[in-house]
Amino acid sequence: MYRSFGQTPALQGASLSVASGEIVAIMGPSGSGKSTLLHCLAGIFEPDRGEVWFDGQRLDGLGETKRTQLRRTAFGFVFQFGQLVPELSAADNIALPLLLNQVSRKAAYKDAASWLQRLGLDELGARRTGELSGGQAQRVALARALVTEPKVLFADEPTGSLDSLTGEMVLDLLVGVAREEGTTVVLVTHDARVAAYAGRAVMVRDGRVTTPSDVVAR
Amino acid sequence: MSVPLTLLGLLEREPSHGYDLKRDYDAYFGRSRPLPFGQVYATLGRLARDGKVVAADAEPGAGPDRKRYVITDLGVSEVEAWLTEPVAAEPHLQTVLFAKVVLALMLGRSAERYLDTQRGAHLQRMRELTEIKRTGGLVDALLADHGLFHLEADLRWIDVTSARLHALTEMVRAS
Repeated sequence: MYRSFGQTPALQGASLSVASGEIVAIMGPSGSGKSTLLHCLAGIFEPDRGEVWFDGQRLDGLGETKRTQLRRTAFGFVFQFGQLVPELSAADNIALPLLLNQVSRKAAYKDAASWLQRLGLDELGARRTGELSGGQAQRVALARALVTEPKVLFADEPTGSLDSLTGEMVLDLLVGVAREEGTTVVLVTHDARVAAYAGRAVMVRDGRVTTPSDVVAR
Repeated sequence: MSVPLTLLGLLEREPSHGYDLKRDYDAYFGRSRPLPFGQVYATLGRLARDGKVVAADAEPGAGPDRKRYVITDLGVSEVEAWLTEPVAAEPHLQTVLFAKVVLALMLGRSAERYLDTQRGAHLQRMRELTEIKRTGGLVDALLADHGLFHLEADLRWIDVTSARLHALTEMVRAS
């Protein structure tokens, strides 16, 4: 894939395959193109050249409506700062993607409650997300990303704003749930300790993907 | 730090007398611990015995310091195997990795490839330790963390060195 922003090339022939159920870390220095790669894989950006395929379907070239629908149903997202709606409660934030997918209110909040329990947030459902700690908020963000049972979870520096121990707790949950559900995870990080939670890591350098030659997929 | 392999690497760059080998070794790898002459010649003797170097151009009436040593094909293969094989991921391997990077640059090989291979070995070990953390008790987690932090420090060094390869190449090739 090739993708530029104005005159600045971000991806220059980056290629990557991810198998179903795999947890892959995309590493690289700042400005290497790793977040752009994730955004192209997730259908948020369209590459200028090249192809993106998901489950036998070509993603690039799909209209925005179809890509949005795919992002709502097949993909989940966790970003560094959660991007939750601070005025809404934890339960509201988690239920939101289901409500947007026309799931009934009763079913959506039942699922939200189930996820709150699963991620150790039972008592916090009614709390506004703006009142939560960083770790609690990121767990809500994780629940929101997984509540639609996505096939792929895209995470861009999901623990970047958390302290070490809290970050590890969030990663433990993310990896644990992904393995239980068989969710494919594409995780962008500059942190080797975060990448060590993935079964495989690839490096992005100057907009291209390289792979350490003796990495063994788990 | 492997003195025999480092000397072999220097000889692959160019045949040398023992004195010049010591000088080059000390300049790049022996900052805090220069190599004794005795160790240089003892090592060269063993390398010659093992067929990895040959002594050539001995000047008449002279002792061992006047011989010029040349690497053999066996020696070249040994250097290549050493450079290619990642070092076991454990603390304090920076000096070995540093030697490999400098020698790779001297010999016109891809230091980036060796750094990438080492990064892969480190990440694999970090995955193993992370799994121990996830599935073990608190003591296991603390022990695994100790290893993880050391490996992370090595990886940071690998990343910084990778970013400095261009400047390091110029420095090595100019000397």
